[in-house]
Amino acid sequence: KPTSGRKRRRRRESKKERKKDEGRGSRNAQHAVDSGERTEKERQRKRRKDREEKAEHVQSLDKSKVNSRDFEGEGEDEEVEEEEEEVEKEVRPETLTPEELEKLKEAVDDKKKLIQALRGKPWPMKKKHSTLRESQEFLEKYEGALGKGKGRKLYAYKVMMNKKWMKFKRDFENFTTACIPWEMKIKEIESHFGSSVASYFIFLRWMYGINMILFGLTFGLVMVPEALMGRPYGSMPRKTVPRAEETNAMDFAVLWDFGGYAQYSVLFYGYYNSQRAIGWLKFRMPLSYFLVGVGTVAYSYMVVIRKMARNANETGGGDENSFNFSWKTFTSWDYLIGNPETADNKFASITTSFKEAILEEQESRKDDNIHLTRFLRVLANFLVLCCLAGSGYLIYFVVRRSQKFALEGFENHTWWERNEVNMVMSLLGMFCPMLFDVISALENYHPRVALQWQLGRIFALFLGNLYTFIIALMDEINLKRKEEDVVQFNMTMWEASLHNNTADNSTAPPLFTHPADVPRGPCWETMVGQEFVRLIISDTMTTYITLLIGDFLRAVLVRFLNYCWCWDLEAGFPSYSEFDVSGNVLGLIFNQGMIWMGAFYAPCLPALNVLRLHVSMYLQCWAVMCCNVPQERVFKASGSNNFYMAMLLVILFLSTLPAIYTIVTIPPSFDCGPFSGKARMFDVIQETLESDFPAWISKVFSYAANPGLVLPFMLLMVLAIYYLQSTSKSYKEANVELKKKLQMPLPPPVVAMPTKERPPGTQPGTRGKVNHPGCRESRARRDGDEDVRVCEREDLCSESNMRRHAGNLGWLTSGQNI
Amino acid sequence: MGATASHLGKDLLSEYQVSNVQEPAHKRFTELLSREDKNLPDPRAPTEAILTLPELKSNPFRERIVRVFSTSESRDGLTFEDFLDLLSAFSDSATLEIKSHYAFRIFDFDDDGTLDENDLEKLVNCLTGETDETRLTPDEMKQLISNILEESDIDKDGTVNLSEFQHVISRSPDFVSSFKIVL
Repeated sequence: KPTSGRKRRRRRESKKERKKDEGRGSRNAQHAVDSGERTEKERQRKRRKDREEKAEHVQSLDKSKVNSRDFEGEGEDEEVEEEEEEVEKEVRPETLTPEELEKLKEAVDDKKKLIQALRGKPWPMKKKHSTLRESQEFLEKYEGALGKGKGRKLYAYKVMMNKKWMKFKRDFENFTTACIPWEMKIKEIESHFGSSVASYFIFLRWMYGINMILFGLTFGLVMVPEALMGRPYGSMPRKTVPRAEETNAMDFAVLWDFGGYAQYSVLFYGYYNSQRAIGWLKFRMPLSYFLVGVGTVAYSYMVVIRKMARNANETGGGDENSFNFSWKTFTSWDYLIGNPETADNKFASITTSFKEAILEEQESRKDDNIHLTRFLRVLANFLVLCCLAGSGYLIYFVVRRSQKFALEGFENHTWWERNEVNMVMSLLGMFCPMLFDVISALENYHPRVALQWQLGRIFALFLGNLYTFIIALMDEINLKRKEEDVVQFNMTMWEASLHNNTADNSTAPPLFTHPADVPRGPCWETMVGQEFVRLIISDTMTTYITLLIGDFLRAVLVRFLNYCWCWDLEAGFPSYSEFDVSGNVLGLIFNQGMIWMGAFYAPCLPALNVLRLHVSMYLQCWAVMCCNVPQERVFKASGSNNFYMAMLLVILFLSTLPAIYTIVTIPPSFDCGPFSGKARMFDVIQETLESDFPAWISKVFSYAANPGLVLPFMLLMVLAIYYLQSTSKSYKEANVELKKKLQMPLPPPVVAMPTKERPPGTQPGTRGKVNHPGCRESRARRDGDEDVRVCEREDLCSESNMRRHAGNLGWLTSGQNI
Repeated sequence: MGATASHLGKDLLSEYQVSNVQEPAHKRFTELLSREDKNLPDPRAPTEAILTLPELKSNPFRERIVRVFSTSESRDGLTFEDFLDLLSAFSDSATLEIKSHYAFRIFDFDDDGTLDENDLEKLVNCLTGETDETRLTPDEMKQLISNILEESDIDKDGTVNLSEFQHVISRSPDFVSSFKIVL
């Protein structure tokens, strides 16, 4: 047998031979104990062959390895070779004892890990191919063989299912990547304008995704059930246009204002019936309405916080300024740029940023005339505060005026007076930022700092406007609620008068009154919903019109008037406009805030927003490519990424506050909406718990709401936060320590095996191990179920913790890397 | 070899998730070849042809990119596998480790394994453009290089080696998103 085996060994397919050995070994399994002697000789022979095979192996790898290109990868090459070597040595057992089975399993796992890690290794394609091919061949041969004996079929089946699952996952990932909308558009913009402009569109796309989900929730769980299973239009007073308004209920002007038929439809809160369960499905409408409202907010929080956490992970903590110059040099070029004009701009901006950074570093100690600067800054802030206060008062004034107009009836006033509030808010949003820009010239900040101040001020402006608007709305709500008492009194009078008319003939059936004729209670929720919808529509219109006029018209004028104008319009004033990333992002964020605020009262808002974002995407993509030029001063997109997310989170919090306040404190209208008749809107939860769930659940909830339980829980959470904060602080300190250690002068490099220092009588063995007398014949001892030989001559042998298994699988080093 | 490589490649490349790039990449690659070369088993597109690709035309590092990914003796021209290597290193799915590895090799103008002052100077000159008015003065250049070395050179040997480079790059938030080329 050995002789025929030798012939086969000459072949390159040495693995096949090994399998035959293995087969032979398994036949000799019962002679495992006796084969100790024979396997010793076999082992030596195999080791010699090993060296031959290694030479062949190296040749085969050489063909795929290229020159000295992988000067860093060479170390890895040898690692791979050695790994494969070791693995090959290990899996040449003549017997398959359980330890060898374990070893084989480990080898198979190593190969699997190698395949998975292959993508992350910076090797050339050929090398990856060959490694992958060899690993896969190895796996094919031995993976099935592992399951010898009982359970083999199951093991092979599991392996096959696992492979199929991986393939399915990969295909699914490819499919989802291909499904991402607008990818080509955004890439085109990226190549022309760089990554900061493209980041706005990516943000827009992400917002679109969120709004789609919100739309799905409100449409599927609120609007559709009521439309399909609720009582139809005209069957109840709240669902019918009142007789007085019927004549102009279909007018376009009224519909545009979301009155008339639009108001008495599933689009607004007032249409919904308070019946507990509707349709054959017994769909709990009020409960669903409430839970969808809570769910939209909860989902938004989750998504925003998850995105922030992911961004924070990527930036890796707060090292913002420590690698300023290096980052400018190594990471400032945007490889996506494919346009020569953009490239030129990029060159110019890189040069400017280098010069600025160098100057800044030199001048960082100079502070000239700090008192004047401070005074100017204080003055600028004071002016800004005045602007903010002024705009807040203006909005309040306008809202009160429109209330007066509403009382007098809208028909008597001009279009401007009817839409005053919205127009004023939009115009303020347009002109105040420009004012802030002018004021900030006083302050003399570094451009990036100035931009952050500007963003902060615009944020404050929008927030102030929004809250003033809400306060004005609250006044209207209170008015309407006072009206309710009056109306209720009127209604009882009216019903009494109806009964009086029929009291004469007591056997006659009750008079049928058309729902349109029944006097209505006021519905403040629908009014609030309408106000938000109108605000959003006017905001959208303003944005689009400014886009068309400010960008498109300007570009057309500059292009065509340039032929007959005194100075060069394109180079000087006004020239083409740049894309204002931060302004647009802020606009988007505030819009979303308004959606979140109003979605509870007008379920149509997410649908409206989806439509709006869709149109915006196309319009703005076209406008950017057609009318804008690349920015002269290119700011990093990513530095602001978390800033925008933080603003979104703040807006989310601030916009859900008013809705929550109204839900918790104000009683719902008695005559409209799904909560009519209840004392508070959240009573619907109580009601559901009592009637739909078994009794013990409501008991559990009542215990859970007990202050005796809630307070300790909150205390526990506070303690957990404190603990997490202190551990994160200690990690940061450890980080700083490590960084300091890195920068300390390193000890002189240690050579692995300095020949001079080796004690006499020793010489290097294969693979750098020391063969000193007594090295391998050291004492054997049982270590668990392994037979371990440990070399104890620590003074002679640098491999003092070499381990060797009794199964003759060769030397394995543990710990030391030679 | 070319045909079999691309056939083999289809199965293996699916491991690397480059499969959705391979078809258009092959088309673009064959456009770069001259007519005689198209029939060769393992065609090599010449450097001048590759530099005409619109994605690379405006890139100041285009020649270095071709040199780094080329597997030929004279570092001139790319085979289809080299081209795929290039695309996969610059793709979205390449890890930070791969990108920083290749970025380091691109920036290492003299191919000696470290970024010394000459390399940095050439690098900055590439970044600031061709014309004289955008270049830095020698004083500014010296100041800039000494600042860079002060920040990145941890063991203070006057050069930036691969691990120091990777350390700097790993903390940068923009690198992965800007080190991208898509066909």
